Amino acid sequence: MNSDQASSDQASFAEALLDPERRVPDGVTSHTHLAPAKRFTVYRNNVVVSLIDALATRFPAVQRIVGEEFFRAMAGVFVRAHPPRSPLMMTYGEGLPAFIETFAPAAELPYLADVARLEAARTRVFHAADATALLAEAFSALDPTDLETLRIRFSPGTAIVRSSHPSVTIWAMNADEAEPAPIEDWCGEDALISREGFDVVVRRLLPGGAVFLSRLLADATLANAAYAAMQDSAAFDLAENIAGLISAHLATELVRTQSPAP
Amino acid sequence: MIQPTLPPRTGVGFKPEHFDGLIADPGPIGFFEVHAENYMGDGGLPHAQLARLHERFALSVHGVGLSIGVDAPLDRAHLQRLRRLCDRYRPESFSEHLAWSSHGDVYLNDLLPLPYTAVTLTRVADHIAEVQDALGRRMLLENPATYVLFAESTIAETDFLADIVRRTGCGLLLDVNNVYVSATNHDRSAEAYLAAFPLEHVGEIHLAGHDASVDDAGAPLLIDAHGSSVADPVWALFERVIAHTGPLPTLIEWDNDVPAWPVLRGEAIAADAVLTRFAAMHAA
Repeated sequence: MNSDQASSDQASFAEALLDPERRVPDGVTSHTHLAPAKRFTVYRNNVVVSLIDALATRFPAVQRIVGEEFFRAMAGVFVRAHPPRSPLMMTYGEGLPAFIETFAPAAELPYLADVARLEAARTRVFHAADATALLAEAFSALDPTDLETLRIRFSPGTAIVRSSHPSVTIWAMNADEAEPAPIEDWCGEDALISREGFDVVVRRLLPGGAVFLSRLLADATLANAAYAAMQDSAAFDLAENIAGLISAHLATELVRTQSPAP
Repeated sequence: MIQPTLPPRTGVGFKPEHFDGLIADPGPIGFFEVHAENYMGDGGLPHAQLARLHERFALSVHGVGLSIGVDAPLDRAHLQRLRRLCDRYRPESFSEHLAWSSHGDVYLNDLLPLPYTAVTLTRVADHIAEVQDALGRRMLLENPATYVLFAESTIAETDFLADIVRRTGCGLLLDVNNVYVSATNHDRSAEAYLAAFPLEHVGEIHLAGHDASVDDAGAPLLIDAHGSSVADPVWALFERVIAHTGPLPTLIEWDNDVPAWPVLRGEAIAADAVLTRFAAMHAA
């Protein structure tokens, strides 16, 4: 190597950071004139460890379920395969749930990806824009004819995570929100993630509730959302779901329009 | 245009767990600093805390993700996010690093070193001019902690920084821990570095803790870890600087293994004692 001429361009430096098999880039040196492997490793560790830490911060329940050692190994594979595309660490890890579904060592935990989806939604809601929710009185004047024309504007960040596993219960037990206990009734659970003030709140939705709220979030009228929810679940109860929507402070505005339903 | 500035007092890098302590028992704190990228969400608790603290203390917005040293155009979208943040809070200071942290569309989340050459000098100066234009304000540029050298470097870091200041009119953020870490890692004199540093352009000082290791040759290798108290040799260098300059805004950074508020406050009190001592001497 002709070190006087060598140019350590940022491309080779960056590639070597994410690939531990690569040698230290040409032109990177030290005052001892030895190949500065340990010195370069400081940068490698900073990159990978800080990104794993960012994921551990965003997915604490996932880490608690699989244990720190497993989580950090899994996150290390994810970090090298899917490094961030933005300097906003609050957004890093959107792809982790889908990655978990393909990560063979986690195949025994089929609910893990949904718990990760729930945690990813929590971060988005935490940073969402502030909004003032409607009070219950705003709904008191509604009558059945309103259902055909009424749409609801939601608090920013409000999210639904559907799961064919008891993911809400599993998340709660691993987030100090519920006492760990055996799950007697292993059935699917849908989560509503929303903000109350600055607190992020996770609720388990009633039958049909996920379809109802998802349609409303997609700007359907109340009537259309209720119809879709009844198709989804015979147990869907419109009054109960509207009451839930009010008590969770989800609505910021009621909009009456005559436009055709989607 | 009159630029707002930080007060020549002590400050802390803000951690949300310290919010109550900082409000109830701030001690000598005159300003606080946040990493810009942590406040680029739309709303929620982070912005509420930032607004509340800024009612009471001066604010330093410290970017860690702009990648000023990158060998490609700056990320315009990120520059716009910084602009919005600065417009929203009108901080008393904005600073970034002499480093790069992205390649292509990949963000590497670390402050990476660059060789000091005529080419990199022009690139960094152009980028800083672009940042100052976009933000409509003067910025401070921070000297890095480095672990490697580059065969192609031809300019001393202090000369590089002085030239950047000359070309762009930016100020400097002198990280005294970084000075000590880099000097130790490259077997150079920290005192000589400070003697060559353009101290008249320093708008803020950083103090932090570091970890100690060794390299392949058994030579000392210090890591800029921000996870412990400020080391004695760094305090000594800080005193030399303040003896020369008089009081400057001085920030304690503690980002990992974050201690309880009274411990961080204790570090700030120690820095304040140095500022107060030399304020009296400079006044005399």
